[in-house]
Order: sequence, then C-alpha cells, then structure tokens
Amino acid sequence: MALPNHTPLNYRIWHYTYLTFCGLVFFFLIAPLFVILPLSFNAEQYIHFSAKMLALDPEGFSLRWYEDMIYGTKNPWGLATKNSLVIAFFATIGSTILGTVAALGLSSRHMPYKAAFMALLISPMIVPLIISGTAIFFFMAKVGLAATHTGIILSHIILGTPFVVITVTATLTGFDHSVTRAAASLGSNPVNTFMKITLPLIMPGVISGALFAFVTSFDEVVVVLFLAGLENTTIPIQMWVGLREQLSPTIMAVATCLIVMSTLILVSAELLRRRSERLRGINT
Amino acid sequence: MSQEQILSSDGIPLEESLKKAERKNKLKAVLLVAPLFLFILIIYVFPIGDMLFRSVDDRMITKMLPKTFNAMENWDGKDLPDEEVYKGLYDDLTYLKKNKTYGKIIARLNYEKSGFSSLIKKTVRKINKFEEGNYKKQFIKVHKRWGKNEYLVALKNTAPNWSYAKYLKGMDRKFDQDRNIIQVEEDRRIHKILWLRTLNVAFWVTIFCFVLAYPISHLLATLPMKYSNLLMICVLLPFWTSLLVRTSSWMVLLQQQGPINDLIVWIGLAADDNRPELMYNVIGTFVAMTQILLPFMVLPLYSVMKTISPSLMRAGKSLGGTPLVSFVKIYFPLTIPGIGAGCLLVFILAIGYYITPALVGGASGSLISNTIAYHMKSSLDWAFASALGTMLLVGVLAIYWVYNKLVGIDNIKLG
Repeated sequence: MALPNHTPLNYRIWHYTYLTFCGLVFFFLIAPLFVILPLSFNAEQYIHFSAKMLALDPEGFSLRWYEDMIYGTKNPWGLATKNSLVIAFFATIGSTILGTVAALGLSSRHMPYKAAFMALLISPMIVPLIISGTAIFFFMAKVGLAATHTGIILSHIILGTPFVVITVTATLTGFDHSVTRAAASLGSNPVNTFMKITLPLIMPGVISGALFAFVTSFDEVVVVLFLAGLENTTIPIQMWVGLREQLSPTIMAVATCLIVMSTLILVSAELLRRRSERLRGINT
Repeated sequence: MSQEQILSSDGIPLEESLKKAERKNKLKAVLLVAPLFLFILIIYVFPIGDMLFRSVDDRMITKMLPKTFNAMENWDGKDLPDEEVYKGLYDDLTYLKKNKTYGKIIARLNYEKSGFSSLIKKTVRKINKFEEGNYKKQFIKVHKRWGKNEYLVALKNTAPNWSYAKYLKGMDRKFDQDRNIIQVEEDRRIHKILWLRTLNVAFWVTIFCFVLAYPISHLLATLPMKYSNLLMICVLLPFWTSLLVRTSSWMVLLQQQGPINDLIVWIGLAADDNRPELMYNVIGTFVAMTQILLPFMVLPLYSVMKTISPSLMRAGKSLGGTPLVSFVKIYFPLTIPGIGAGCLLVFILAIGYYITPALVGGASGSLISNTIAYHMKSSLDWAFASALGTMLLVGVLAIYWVYNKLVGIDNIKLG
C-alpha cells in the first residue's frame, strides 16, 4: 500500500502507525503458535529456550519428546488418539447427516416458523459449554450412558450440528431450484434428484460443515471432562490433565502435531470455500 | 361480476390444488427438520429442563425424614412441638443410622442453620441408648439444642419440596429464621465478586478484541486479494487450532521464566529476581482470552467491511470531507452490523469461558463457569451448580435474543 508522493506528512505518519498497529496485531495472533514448535524439539527437560537452542547448536535439539509421545511407558497418548479419532469420526457422520437434512428443510420456503427452528437448532453453539456439559451429564447419567463412547458421541453430535446447519444453509441460499425442477420434469424421483443433482452442488458446504463438526468434536474438552471415564480419555483431556500438573515437553510435541493437523484442515477448508463460491457463480 | 372458476387438468379448482401442493411441500420441509429437532429436543432441551428442575428440587430431606415432617404438619411453630414430633424424629434417625445415610441430611440441615451438624452427629451417636417413651425429654437431654425452638423451626422450614434457596445462595443471600431474605455474612459474599468479575472480564475482552480487530479487518478488506489471503491465514490458523494448544502456548509465554518475562527483564522493567507474575491471575485470563477470541471478532467485521464499496469513501473525500470526517460519517456507520455481531459473539463466548481461565487464571482469574465445574466435580453440590448454570443461561439467552433482534441468527457467517 504505497502512498502517492503528494501525501501530506501527517497522513503519512497516520498511515504508517496504522500499518504498524496491524502488524503487531497479526503478530499477537500468530506468534504464540510458533513458540511451541521449537520447544517441542528441545533436548532438555525444561520449557524454555536453552542456550544451545538459541545458538542453533544441533545438540540443543532432539526428537526425544516425540519418541516419548509414541513409545513412552504408561503413556496415554495412544489410547487418547484412538478414542479421539473414533469419537470424532462417528460424531462427524451423525452431525453431517442430521444437519444437512435439517438444512434442506430449513431452506425450503415452505418451512413454517423458520426463525424459531433455526434459533433452537443453533442454540448448542451459543449456550456456554459448561451448561451444556452439566445438562448432558445429568441426562447421560440417568440413561446409563455416562463414561461410554456412545454418550460422548451423542453429545458431540449435538455440539457439531449447528455448524453443519449454518454452512449448508449458506450454500443453499445461492441454490438455483430450477435444476431440481428440471430433474423432476425429466422423470427423476426425489431421492435420485437429491443424490445426483442437489448433493453434488451443495457438497462444498456439506464438507466444510463436516470439517467444523470434526474439529469441534476433536477439540472438545468440557463435555468430555464431565462424561469421560478412564477408558474414554481423549487427546484434549490428556492435554488438560498434563497442563494442570506441569508443562512438559511431551505436551509441546503433541501440540505441534495438532498445529500441523489444523494447518491441513485450514488449507482444505479454504480450498472448499473457493470451490463453493465458484460453483455458486460468485466471482471473487 | 361473476368469475369463472379456473380448473386444473384433473378438474379440481386450481386454488384448491395449489393449496394441496403447498401443504405437501410444507409437510416435506417439516419432515426434513424433524429428525434433528427431535434429537436436540431429547438429548439437549430436556436435559436443560432437567437441570432447571434440579436447581429447585428440595425433596431429599422430605424423603429422608418422612415421619418427622408428617408429625410436624399440625405444629404451629410457636412453642416446642409435642412428643409426636420427637417420636417421628427418633424413628427416622434410627432408620437412617441403620442404613448409614444420615450424612446427606447433615449437610442440608447445616446449610439451613449452622449447629445442626454437631447436633445430628451427637444424637445419632447416642440414639441406640434411647428408651421407649418420652422421647422429647431424652432428645433434650442428649443435646439442649433440641429444646430450642429455633432449631425445630429451621427443620420445619426444610419441609417444602421446592426451594429457590440455591438461587439466593448464588446471589449471596439466604433465608433467616423467619424466612426473610438477608445477605450472608460479609466474608462469605464470594458469588457477587465472581459474577462481577465474569462480567468485567467478558466486557473488557470484548473491548480489547474490538480495538484490535477493527483495524486489521479493515486492512484485510481493503488490501488486494493476494496479500489479504496471506494475512487471513494469521486469523484462520488460530481459529482452527485446538483451544488447548493455544492455551498451552500462553502458559509457555507467560510463565515466570518465559520469553515475555525474559523480555521485560532484558528491557530493564523488572529485576531478574523480581519477575512479575503474568499468569495464574486476571492478567493471564485477559491476555489469553483476547487472543483466543479475536478471530470471532475479525470474521464478522471482515465480512461486513468486504461489502462496503471503496468509492463511498472517495465520494466523501471529493465532497470535501477530511478522512476522519468521511470515516466517522460514512464508513463507521456502515460497519455497525459487523460490530454488533462480533461484540455479541465474543461477549457470549467470553462470559461462559471455562478452560482458559481454569488453566491460566489461578484463583483471582477464575470465572463463574469455574465455580460451576467446581460444584459439579468437587463439592458435588449439583443443585447449586444447576442454579448457577441456570442463572448464567438466562443471561446468555437474553443476549442471544438481543443478537437475534439486531443481527438475525441466520446471518452468522463462519470463515
């Protein structure tokens, strides 16, 4: 953003102050994530930058904490990873199916009390997790699903659906309904029309909703804290337990893996968003 | 003027067959929404209703001392009750002692009036030595408090099945002897502090987020696409990263031997042996929550600013407005929907935040949600946790309602 030559000095000062301020805010947003990366390769047992690390001495770095994460004795990360993936997988499928179907209904112009239904279906996103956790815990304890995978999956479906509903509804706002009518006039039944016409067109919205649902479940800790027994421990739970005791380099290693994962998710979400805009004919 | 009725091809009046088709479409839409609606109703809405129910449910003590309360029904509470009440109390306590379940009523009664704990414990210990008949005298002999009317009145006060005492406790108030609502003792007024701190933190985090997010959203919206996409990563990467990862990076940064403290010492703002505490207090909560919630402010602001045409500002300038005037009169009013959405979103999220304050907040930085978790997991006073949760829920729903009125809930955009 180069300024024209004739810009007066006070505007110039103002403009550069503004850019510096923005730079600092971007730094504030992103820098904390990058503190973790080098520390996870620390050869020592402390969570600060050792003299050797600052001197970029190869001896200051090691992979021992990654080794500890994978092979460490009595180490919970294996079970936690498995549980997290299983729970997030089923929660994502459940949220995506329920959310997409509901979004189709909500986007229909024949739907009565649309705003009220929308507000209710999105409420799990707005209500503080601590309240959802409390209420769901009472319920699961009553029906005997506390400390089971099923209980956790069901509650994560609840927490994930609002995102699917929002993203799919957004995709459907630009949806041209004449294509489904055309399919119907050519003799296609509704299920066939949905599978062959509607679904491929709203697919980017569905997948990005599914990504949100996956991340919500994979990252969720409050409800699991209430519901989980020892057998149901997840990655966030183990991080929570670890952070409450002390900061260990192994946690930094796990955190680094999670950052790599979120980068991948970010890239796929971004690609999907662009594809969706292209499909809906929104030029950017 | 008579009008000929228009018929559709199968001979039914058009109006009627149109209505029929509309009904069919309506039914189809409702059926599509129904599965999720029922699912949320059963696993989410009913449990929240159950939580409300628990917060006012006070039947436990009535169930555990049935004969006592039965006998107390005819007692007016003015003088000491008759033998009948003491007989009921004797039967109930003997039964509870046999089943070893009297611990629960001790906690409940002691909450009603302090002094009940030792009274019940002592009585239960000696109850096996009671002889048949004249229980009133024997009770008073075991402990003279059984002869004081105030204790028996307090016991009678626990009889109703429903009670909003937990809500009063959440507001640092309680019932006195005569069922008047009074404030608790000065040194026990902790909840008012917690509520105020929660509101205070949520308010200031919202303000900080707004001040930091407004300029960068403007930059993102006005920069050419290829630069803004790159900078957008700075907003979206934290947004997609696990909350615990972000909190742990703040724990690394803010610890006493951490980089920020190193910097402070290096600049010379503090001595090396006197490093400031940046974590386990309210500072840690503020800093970490602001960074974590910042993307939720940037995204709605950005999506609104993106729609504002740059020619508007140019028009303002060409009509003689200084940049400041054009900004205040043109640009800022156009961004108000985004400001409303971002602020309400951040405020709602901040007011119920649990994980971050619990990890970096320490005692002086913990919020109301931490207290709810404490009563759920440690003190096991689930009724009180439910009452606090309900109070928080009412607050959040009120804000949600305002949000819906101002912005419309279906206008939420993600990414």
